[in-house]
Order: sequence, then C-alpha cells, then structure tokens
Amino acid sequence: MRFAFADNGLIPEPLIEHETPVLQRISEFPFLPPQPLNLSFRFSPELQSFLSGRSLLLDELPFSIDTLQDHYVNGFVSYQKGVEKSCCYRCGNTSPHLFASFSCSRCHTPCTYCRNCIMMGRVSECTPLITWKGPAPTSETTPTFKWSGTLSQAQKTASEQMVLAVKESKDLLVWAVCGAGKTEVLFEGIHEALRENKRVCIAAPRTDVILELSPRIKKVFPETGVTTLYGGSEERNTYGQLVLSTTHQLYRFHDAFDVMIIDEVDAFPYSYDSSLQWAVEKARKPQSSIIYLTATPDRNTQKQCAAGKRSFIQIPARFHRHPIPLPKFVWCGLWKKTLKKNRIPHPLKKWTLSKLQQSKQALIFFPTVELMEKALPLFQEMNLLIESVHAEDPERKEKVMKMRNKEIPILLTTTILERGVTIPNIDVAVLGAEEKIFTESALVQIAGRVGRSADYPNGDIIYYHYGRTGEMIKALLHINQMNKEAGKRGLLHDQ
Amino acid sequence: MINNCLNCDDELVETMSWRGLFYREPQFLCYACDKQLVKIEGKRCLGCSRSLDDLAPQLIKGDVCLDCHRWEVDPEWKGILHQNFSLYRYNAFLKEYLAKYKYRGDYVLAKAFSHTIKTYFTKVDYDLIIPIPLSDERLYERGFNQSIALLEEAEVRPSNILTRSHSEKQSKKTRKDRLRQEQVFQLEESDLYGKSILLFDDIYTTGTTLRQAAKLLREAGTEKVSSLTLARG
Repeated sequence: MRFAFADNGLIPEPLIEHETPVLQRISEFPFLPPQPLNLSFRFSPELQSFLSGRSLLLDELPFSIDTLQDHYVNGFVSYQKGVEKSCCYRCGNTSPHLFASFSCSRCHTPCTYCRNCIMMGRVSECTPLITWKGPAPTSETTPTFKWSGTLSQAQKTASEQMVLAVKESKDLLVWAVCGAGKTEVLFEGIHEALRENKRVCIAAPRTDVILELSPRIKKVFPETGVTTLYGGSEERNTYGQLVLSTTHQLYRFHDAFDVMIIDEVDAFPYSYDSSLQWAVEKARKPQSSIIYLTATPDRNTQKQCAAGKRSFIQIPARFHRHPIPLPKFVWCGLWKKTLKKNRIPHPLKKWTLSKLQQSKQALIFFPTVELMEKALPLFQEMNLLIESVHAEDPERKEKVMKMRNKEIPILLTTTILERGVTIPNIDVAVLGAEEKIFTESALVQIAGRVGRSADYPNGDIIYYHYGRTGEMIKALLHINQMNKEAGKRGLLHDQ
Repeated sequence: MINNCLNCDDELVETMSWRGLFYREPQFLCYACDKQLVKIEGKRCLGCSRSLDDLAPQLIKGDVCLDCHRWEVDPEWKGILHQNFSLYRYNAFLKEYLAKYKYRGDYVLAKAFSHTIKTYFTKVDYDLIIPIPLSDERLYERGFNQSIALLEEAEVRPSNILTRSHSEKQSKKTRKDRLRQEQVFQLEESDLYGKSILLFDDIYTTGTTLRQAAKLLREAGTEKVSSLTLARG
C-alpha cells in the first residue's frame, strides 16, 4: 500500500479522493509525525481490545481501512514502518540473506521483504505495521487466586524474590534444576502483577509447553482473561490480561507487557538469540520486569551470575528433596562404525537387555535422525515394541503418549525429548555423548529426565561416548554443583 | 550467489564432481530439501501428465487416465486442451513449499524451479506463452502472480493477455463446483489466428481452470493450446 501526505498526516491510497501527485511507500517517509490524541473521540472498544499492545498487518485486522484511518487521525492508531534499509521492524531481522525483493503489485515498484518472519504474513517496504496509541483496556474484576498447594523452602524464597521484582519492575533470573517446580514459583508473582492491573506474558519456545501450561494457569486465575497464542491458535483476537505465547507470536506485540516471563530461556531456537531479544524488548513496556526461567543457563549467563552482574535466584533441589542422579560415562568405542556393521555397541546392548529384563522403561538419545533410524531395526530385534521419535515424526504425540502409558518399553529419540517430558521411573542413555549437538545444557536437561517423581527419585543416566568432551564434564560438574549447593542449604533429605 | 537453502536456511554445501568443474547448475536448495522435490518420471497420462504407475488399473483408459477420458468424451470439451505437461509430483513437501510461496508470499522461492522450467523451454516451441492470471483483488492480496513469477525467474517472457474476474478461491471449491462455474477469463484484443499457445500455471488439479482459458483461446482462432504446470496435483 502507498500513502499520500497531507495536513501533517498520512492518507492511505484507497482513501484518497482527489488526484494526488505523490504516493509513497511508508518506508520512504523521512518522518512519520505522531497524531495528537483527541480525547473527545469515541473510539471503537472492539478495535481497542484487538489492537492494544500489538503491532499488526492490515491483513490481520478485521476492521475497515476507514475505521483505522478515523482512529489514526484522532491519534488512537499509528502507522509504523515494516521494513526499512534491511531491517525488519516486526522481527528485528537484519541478516541480508534473509531479505529478498520482488516486483510488488501493491506499490508497483521493486519491494524488499523480510523472509525471517514470512510465516506470519509478508512485511515489506510498502507494508505498514499498525499499533494502538489510545488507552489500554482496564479489567473490572479483581483477580481471584485459586491455589492451595504449598511451596518448598527454596521455592518460597524464589517466589518472594519474584514478587519483589514485579513490584519494582526489575529483571530476575530464576535458575531452577529440572524438577524443581518452577511453575508454582510464578503464581504469587503473577497474582501480584494482576492485582496492580498489570499485563503479564508467559513466553515459551514451543507450542507443547504453552498448551500444557494454559489449563494450569487458567485454573489458578479463573477470573482473569487468559489468551493462549501459538501458530494456528483460535484465541488471537481476544484481549488477555494474561497472555501465554510462543516466541514467534511475540513478534506481534508492541509496548504491551508490564511483566514478561521467559520460560526455558536457553531452549529457544538458537538459544536466546538476537531476534528473540528484539521481540522481548519490543513486547515489554519501557517500565517493566522480565523473569527468566532456566535449568541450564549458558556459559555467559553463568559468568554474569557469578560476577554479580545479574540478579538471580537458584533453586538447586528438586521439590521431592532428593539429589539429581549423576551421569556415568561409559566408553563404547567407534560406535558409528559398529552401527554401520548392523550391531549395537556392546555396552549399550547389554544395558538395553537388562532394562528389558527388569521391564524398566528407558529413553535412548541419538545425535541424529539418520543414525537413530539406522539403529531402530537392531533394537527391534530385541523387542518389537521398541519405537523411535523425532521432531518431524507425524506420530510424535501418539508415541510419547504410548510411552507414558507404558506401551513402549524403550523409546529411541533425538534431542526433542530433552526437556518438558516427565515420565516417572525411567532410565536414560545417550549414545555418542561426545557429538557436538550434546552441549552442556542438552546433557544436563537429558539427565534431568531421570528420577522426577517422589516415588522413584533414582535412576540410571549414562553417557555412552567415544572420548569424553568438555561439555560432558561440564554437565557432570553442573549437576554435582547443584546437588552440593542443595545439601549446603539443607534442601535435601538426610542421606 | 546464494549460500543458504531457500527452504530451511541451512548452509549449502557444494558437492564436488568432475562435471561440476565445467558446468554447474545454480543451487538454491540444500541436498535434503532438494531430494524431496520429485520429478514425474515413468509412464504418465498423455492427457494430464499424471503418473500412471501409481494409479489403479480401473482408473486408466489406454494411454490416458479416466479423468482425461471423461473430458475427451464430453463434446463441449473435446480437444480444447491439446495436452498438459507437469514437471513435479505434488507431494507433501511441494505442497508446503508452494503454500509458503503463494500464500505467505515468499517470492524468492520461485528460483528453485528456474533451471527446470528453463530447460523445458529449450525443448519446445510455441508462439505465445500465457500464464494463468489472477483477478485484480487476488493480485493485490498476494502482491505478485505466482505463475508469472515462476516464468520470469526462469527468464521466460510471458504474454500477459488473459485477465480474470474475481471469484472464490479455486482451492476452496470442490471438483463439481469447479466444473459448473462460468467463464472467468477475458482476452485482450490480439491476433491469435493459427498460433500455437502454451498456457502456464503452478498446479494442475482438475484441469478446469486451464480448459476454461484454453476454450477462450481456441474460440479466438488459435491452432493448438497446450499447457505446462509446475506440479500435477
């Protein structure tokens, strides 16, 4: 779309009545003058609740261009640039290879667009991003808080810290081991924010996590408008005081949240990359607090914590007060060659057979899908019920469900099951733990699958390798360090 | 030069070969993505290019499939479209790829087909190559015409002499709906007498769209109308 410039404001091409000589793309205006807010204007409450805190394309708005222009002229809506000089203002992409241009039938010129966020609809040089400038909707109900569980001593300390961070609009890193009970730690802080009529967002990297979280949160805050956003979600048109969102959906927000909770901050694709950082910065209000949750902060973050440059709180123990089982390293020779010869590396085979005999369920992690698919028939020779799963597997959900129902004795998997999956009483092995994909954080997460339930707090975690790596050793030290810290703080049962 | 796969953004790794020393096809997709683009090979329907190898025998009538047979016994449609040729199988991968290209509007994805389309045109000879048009509304919505873009990226000069009035999206209609609909195409004033025409579209599904356009062109006095599509659905 193109715009004309008149009376110190923009006029969209379809609304131009007289012949105007100059039509320009929004990216070509050197300055987009803000329109003064006309307080006597009767704005549309539907548009307010749809657009408040968001940054959307025209195509995403079920409102006519006339309605939008009315709100623009009265200062309730603004038109922003989408793409300008190889920068995408929706997703923050600046990599030249993720831009392309085409002969555009909307602006009749070669038009550059962003390929990084193309799955959310194309943003190009002639695409305006539309934001709300009027007042945010206010919620009339006081939030009710329905939760009767109790927090462990360590959870309680973290929860108090979070409430404080919310009150003072400060950032906080919650470094909690796998199985610490992170979600419960959030409740008090969220409640505090809602009571102050603040808007809260919980962002997580994957749809599964959001879908699992949503019913739990709704139960605890039954009176609060909760919006759950992921690719293909039905709820994207409703205003939520509390928003649960995948990272990608954050790109559609702008100046929206007083409190942002970023779950599994290290698990975002390419970890906490610049694009996500951009999205978070764009979605938060200037005065706001960010709570980062992670079990495995990266090196850099760990260093910042150690140097006192970052406010953080540790929960080093699981809620059931048992230490996290330590990984064992087992050398298994040139395992790739062994697999090529259609044999399972001997130590792993022995381990698998013993699990089958004890009928104990197990997960075996592989570095690649190819190697896993190669190994699957060999494992099925031992037991036909053994299955494999990977990210693109169409039956992924069903297989994980079958594993939970104990219909699969042993499941081969890629790193997709490294987090989020909680199956009581399982043993875990990693084949080829020296491979690059198994970073410290991946290995710690994988070890975190073992001993999750209070009834079965122990289990095997074995890294089968062909030469131990720094990452493997760091993972072992990491877990050991957490257990020690937990012991020191008296967070473990007496051994 | 492109260094990352257009589809998955993985780095492109060059495979060394003797042939590659002298001549190299431009590479736009990584090996893993490229191998999922499957060209139609083996025995195919002489009417619509659909592979006959994986069609049940009761759906085959001699050299053509049952659908084409039904077109050709219908006096209204007999001989309207001389022949359709399609390049790729419309498998799950291509479906998703084309959806990203057409509906999300990732124009640059067209490049992955340039070489194949270009090669095809070195082997055939037509007076005019006419892409299936979009209505003005649809063109504005998409920002570009996916068929014209495929041709232009392959350095083929299209003649944009067909226009189209606005109607429901094809993909939302059933075969019955499609067959029933009235002429949606219009032809710009041009001398087509005795010309041989190649229509171009992205996907052949039922063949109705192409036949409607072909009918209009036949009525304008053309000698023969064939078609090329990227995929056979």
